[in-house]
Amino acid sequence: MKKDIVLKINGEERELSVEPRQTLLDVIRNNLGLTGTKEGCGNGNCGTCAVLVDGKAVSSCLMLAVEAVGHEIMTIEGLAQPGEIHPLQQAFIEEGAIQCGFCSPGMILTAKAFLDTNPHPTEEQARQAIAGNLCRCTGYDKIVHAIMKVGAK
Amino acid sequence: MTEYTIIGKRAPRVDALAKATGRAVFSGDINLPNMIYAKTLRSPYPHAIIRRLDISRAKTLKGVVCVITAADLPERKVADETRVAFLAKDKVIFAGHPVAVVAAVNTYIAEEALSLIEVDYEKLPSVMDVMEAIKPDSPLIHPGLCPSLKINGQIGKGTVPSNISWHVEYGHGDVEGGFKQADIILENTFRTQGIHQGYLETRSAVANAAPDGKVTIWTDSQGIYQARELCAEFLNIPLSDVNVMPVEVGGAFGAKQNLPLAPLCALLARKTGRPVKMVLTREEDFVATSPAPASTITLKMGVDNAGHITAAEYTMILDIGAFYKSGGDSLNSSITGLSPYRIPNLIVKLNNVVTNKASTGMYRAPNAPDAAFAVESEMDLLARKLKMDPLDFRLANAVSEGDMMANGIPFTRIGFKETLLTMKEYITQRGKTERHNQGIGIACGLWLGGAGACAATVNVISDGTVILIVGSCDLSGTRTSLAQIVAEEFGISLDKVTVVTGDTNTASYASAASGSRITRQMGTAVYLACKDAKNQLAQQAASQLGLKPEDLKFVNGQIKAEGVPEKTIGLAALARIVIGQGGKGPVIGRGATGSNKLAPMFAVQMAEVEVDKETGKVKILSFTTAQDVGFALNPTLIESQIHGAVAQGIGRALMEKYVFEQGVMQNPNFLDYRMPTAADLPFVDTLLVEVKSENEPYGARGVGEPPMIPTLAAIANAIHSATGVRLKELPMIPENVLRAIQVK
Repeated sequence: MKKDIVLKINGEERELSVEPRQTLLDVIRNNLGLTGTKEGCGNGNCGTCAVLVDGKAVSSCLMLAVEAVGHEIMTIEGLAQPGEIHPLQQAFIEEGAIQCGFCSPGMILTAKAFLDTNPHPTEEQARQAIAGNLCRCTGYDKIVHAIMKVGAK
Repeated sequence: MTEYTIIGKRAPRVDALAKATGRAVFSGDINLPNMIYAKTLRSPYPHAIIRRLDISRAKTLKGVVCVITAADLPERKVADETRVAFLAKDKVIFAGHPVAVVAAVNTYIAEEALSLIEVDYEKLPSVMDVMEAIKPDSPLIHPGLCPSLKINGQIGKGTVPSNISWHVEYGHGDVEGGFKQADIILENTFRTQGIHQGYLETRSAVANAAPDGKVTIWTDSQGIYQARELCAEFLNIPLSDVNVMPVEVGGAFGAKQNLPLAPLCALLARKTGRPVKMVLTREEDFVATSPAPASTITLKMGVDNAGHITAAEYTMILDIGAFYKSGGDSLNSSITGLSPYRIPNLIVKLNNVVTNKASTGMYRAPNAPDAAFAVESEMDLLARKLKMDPLDFRLANAVSEGDMMANGIPFTRIGFKETLLTMKEYITQRGKTERHNQGIGIACGLWLGGAGACAATVNVISDGTVILIVGSCDLSGTRTSLAQIVAEEFGISLDKVTVVTGDTNTASYASAASGSRITRQMGTAVYLACKDAKNQLAQQAASQLGLKPEDLKFVNGQIKAEGVPEKTIGLAALARIVIGQGGKGPVIGRGATGSNKLAPMFAVQMAEVEVDKETGKVKILSFTTAQDVGFALNPTLIESQIHGAVAQGIGRALMEKYVFEQGVMQNPNFLDYRMPTAADLPFVDTLLVEVKSENEPYGARGVGEPPMIPTLAAIANAIHSATGVRLKELPMIPENVLRAIQVK
């Protein structure tokens, strides 16, 4: 039994027909075709699928799409404006914080939610803020540097 | 010394923008019209006979398109045990072994169909422990399997069926005599644990088949050519009927040389005529891909009172899991572990043993960290007995160019001593800061590096920019360093180089991205392709300018000769002339290389830890790597590789472990299989040492694998310094550390 819903994604209202059991992640990737959001574990342990829900980083694999109705969703595709990427994206690129790139969308959005509430963090705070986002390539070294760089501005 | 303008400099990755904005395409992101989705039924038992397998109910479920079992595997001329790794036939030999695959219009229906498949299993005694598996009365996993033997170069076959699939012995000198010369002899057994490579992108594949049976595949492979070969062989069709597309790979670390999904996807696509997607869940990825093997190493070493090694005896038992063709590389790992030091008398015995666990595979410097954990821990213990500084003890025994490796092959130019001295200088400068419960430990690692055939093409287009086409998989930033080589050679800025990864039908051959070889091997091909294109351009320019081609240089987008500044032509103008009337034709440079000489790489690491004696928890206070990179093509990329490798090493040293109960993995998720988070790690200091190798490009060496090798031992040695306790088994989780402290 499908359910008709409206999701506000990246500032745009999208009419969708979804199954109640579909996760927000599933709908973002498969109904909306926004494949920038990745699945790393499917049970909320790795942060790879993080999106912003009303500005807060949420594992989209743990939220049903029907629960997201009425909330503002931002995926990685919504972070950059045409011709202008977000300072965090810029810092991740410049600092070499991106390797395979699979964790990057969730990592960048989690970092954004964190810096929005704590614009000038300590290193320890930055490490704690992204401790729910696994990365296997970077050792987090250059990721922490990228976040601190934006936080220093 | 030549001054370079592009290479040797920091440059952001050419793929970073696409990855930062979510536009990079991984195989799981491929969506095709009319696509169906496949899910796998897996054995719940580690060892069982399949008495009955009934797929009839699953087939009739609405939305199911196809169900396959081992009976559907393509006919092949030679029976091959690797075939039943894809789908079990008659019996299952690990918990997670695929039994059937369902393709349906969506994943929900495919999963529902799995529950309708009926299987009657007759459980067999399972063998989970290598020490049990090698006993003569152990149940046999492959009843007809006799060990393959290689003893001092002589190849043979054992006659008694066994779970030992492979036994190798080699060495040199007089080991008994060597131990007689020793003043101190130590013998210890070290154990490492089975671990997962921990890439964030679970295994995935998409395949599409044309009505003529030709297939196109998108998959997370470390090499598109290797994927093509495997799929063509599996399907028993010509190589040219398979095209493998390039996609981004979400972490691989050696594991993604094994392709559990792509052949099945291709088979389903050919059977159904529809595109098929398979993506593993994280649990499936843990239980049924190709984790790294556990090892048991017994090492006996002798030294004289002057601190020189007199003899060593090294025995390794590797738990390779269910299939005997799989498994880590115990031979290479023993060579890397034992070759950093001059050991005049040596005997090495290696055994690969099958057990009822997932088939193992490669993981970043396969099994070299295991070997180094044993050798570098024992070196530390010997230094303590000798009352020598552990670094000086290593320096006294360290190899240099011309010394023999453990396999009797002489080292080419290496920078081991330079790397040790760099670390010594670093430690001296930083001074002693050890407080209560804190300690430092050092360890070394050698990686021989991979070699392999690669080719590249460069096209100079009429705006004076250059397009580089390669078929190699970029795991570590290789597109960026290759682009830097092109920019350097043509004397243009990096943004004037476009790197394209072709598919197997359009790009020329490349070896798989493994063994830290792409920058060296493909880098050589790219360098030669640039030379070729520049020769063609120089011919045209020489006739335009009235100069000799050999006098021309490529500088700042211009082609000119020294001493005649007025005679200059821009690269763009020249690239237009060649395709114009009377021109010499489009410029396409081609470069190819076979196997370069090995350019061995050394890393020396220092861990500084603090151990909580109440809880046994180990905290890494600081971590430093000195590494001979030959020539640092892009320091940012190199640091990135080192940071990642060290983090993985810390995970293996202190956290990660496969836990089995009755043959079934108990922790197949990231909550119970703990990998390091940002909160667990410090910043890692990197000291780059540049002792150029004898090869192109520019003397650069491989980078990605060496920094994984010493980490385990460096931490064990630091824990010893902090607590006086020696841990010989991984992982050094709090309960194990605490127990060791209490026993002491």
